[in-house]
Amino acid sequence: MGGTESIENKLKDAVKDLFLKKKVDIVIGFEKGSLPLTSRPCFIRSSDMAERLVWNASCTNNLAVYLPRFFQKVPRAKKSGTPPPVVGIVAKGCDARSVVGLIKEKQILKENVVIIGMSCQGVIDRRKIESFIDGSFIAGGRQEPGGILEITTGVGDKKKIKVSDVLAESCIECQYPHVENADVRIDGESITASDDGYKAIKAFEEKSPEERWQYFTDEISRCIRCYACRQACPNCYCKVCFAEQTLPRWIGPGDELSDVMIYHIGRIFHQAGRCVECNACVRACPVGIDLRLFTRKLCMDVKELFGYIPGLSIEELPPLLRFELNDNNDFITTG
Amino acid sequence: MEEKKENNEPKIVAFLCNWCSYAGADLAGVSRFQYPANIRVIRIPCSGRINPLFIVKALQEGADGVLVSGCHPGDCHYISGNLAARRKFALLKNFLSYLGIEQDRVQFSWVSASEGNIFASLIKKVVDNIKKLPANKKLVRKRVGVQEYGWY
Repeated sequence: MGGTESIENKLKDAVKDLFLKKKVDIVIGFEKGSLPLTSRPCFIRSSDMAERLVWNASCTNNLAVYLPRFFQKVPRAKKSGTPPPVVGIVAKGCDARSVVGLIKEKQILKENVVIIGMSCQGVIDRRKIESFIDGSFIAGGRQEPGGILEITTGVGDKKKIKVSDVLAESCIECQYPHVENADVRIDGESITASDDGYKAIKAFEEKSPEERWQYFTDEISRCIRCYACRQACPNCYCKVCFAEQTLPRWIGPGDELSDVMIYHIGRIFHQAGRCVECNACVRACPVGIDLRLFTRKLCMDVKELFGYIPGLSIEELPPLLRFELNDNNDFITTG
Repeated sequence: MEEKKENNEPKIVAFLCNWCSYAGADLAGVSRFQYPANIRVIRIPCSGRINPLFIVKALQEGADGVLVSGCHPGDCHYISGNLAARRKFALLKNFLSYLGIEQDRVQFSWVSASEGNIFASLIKKVVDNIKKLPANKKLVRKRVGVQEYGWY
């Protein structure tokens, strides 16, 4: 993990180079956040600004979520004839798969996106760090070479935590850490791909329906309907979401539990065959709902029933857009 | 007290495709095949018209069960509507039962226009299955009030 700083410098050089060669108009990357151990998205518009870029284990967001807005067809823009910009994106393995998904769904133009493929060493989960420091908050912290986080807690203690101990769950179970379709590649160490075979999902399936429903109810009843899960997700680019649609009005605006459940069932179901398990929804959730457990069930089913893994190839049609005559028919009730 | 008695006569929303299952239901009626009167039929143009939210919404509005029936695979009036729908249904059925909603609550079937007797036996089977379950309480809206929701 010693290489984050050299990777950061390589990234800055690569971005500067892209601007000097006029290959991009804008680059989406990370800069230092205002809280310790955070990074926030930043939009680099010139080679001078590239110095702001950082790369470390706190670069958590899925930046692909910012891409579709550059390519939206505003009627006026169409008339004025301004061509869409060429956008560079600093991408981890999961972000790059989101980009592929967006290209496939025609939300962005393939030739107008430059993927800067990072070697990803996994990102940290702040909730895990907070549990490590006994409920105190992170008052200060920085990443040292060798994959160590030096953390100052709210009560003034200093602690050293290994990055590998506080990796996000999705990174521990990450199956595709490498960016396959990078236009510019920043090499370095990366985490190894692992395949846990959806162990957590299968364990949850073992429980009785009542237990499962109870868990689902408990989790969802904490939801405050901020829709952060939707906003953080690169797949959720609809201009009018079913949650806010008024004709028909699928769900009411209040705190009625069944409405909240339908919002979540609907949102998660819309991820079928599209979710790349980047964990953006879980990270964005202010109350820490275990959305992963539910979303991954659909990922697992899509893989098992249709043999499809999202975000790997641009040409392959998504599973719900195609069909076979001999698809699984076992669930059908016969008269 | 209510909970035990309630499910003697479950209400089942049946989405029937216009070209096969609806005609099959019609044939069952014309041929005077008896089947339980628990289903409330909604005619849809094709099983491919079903948005998974229809099914979830029916459960929220108090249906004890939902049945979706279309043409047999390969016989769709629109060539492939039911094939595209089948993938959605497979995922939805798995997902709802994963969340803890009973498997039999939501059922899918294929009935052709000539299968009046099969339609009658299908409804008997579905109603029997759903009668075994407790009344739907899980996804049902607790607060009722049209004005509060502006639901139309």
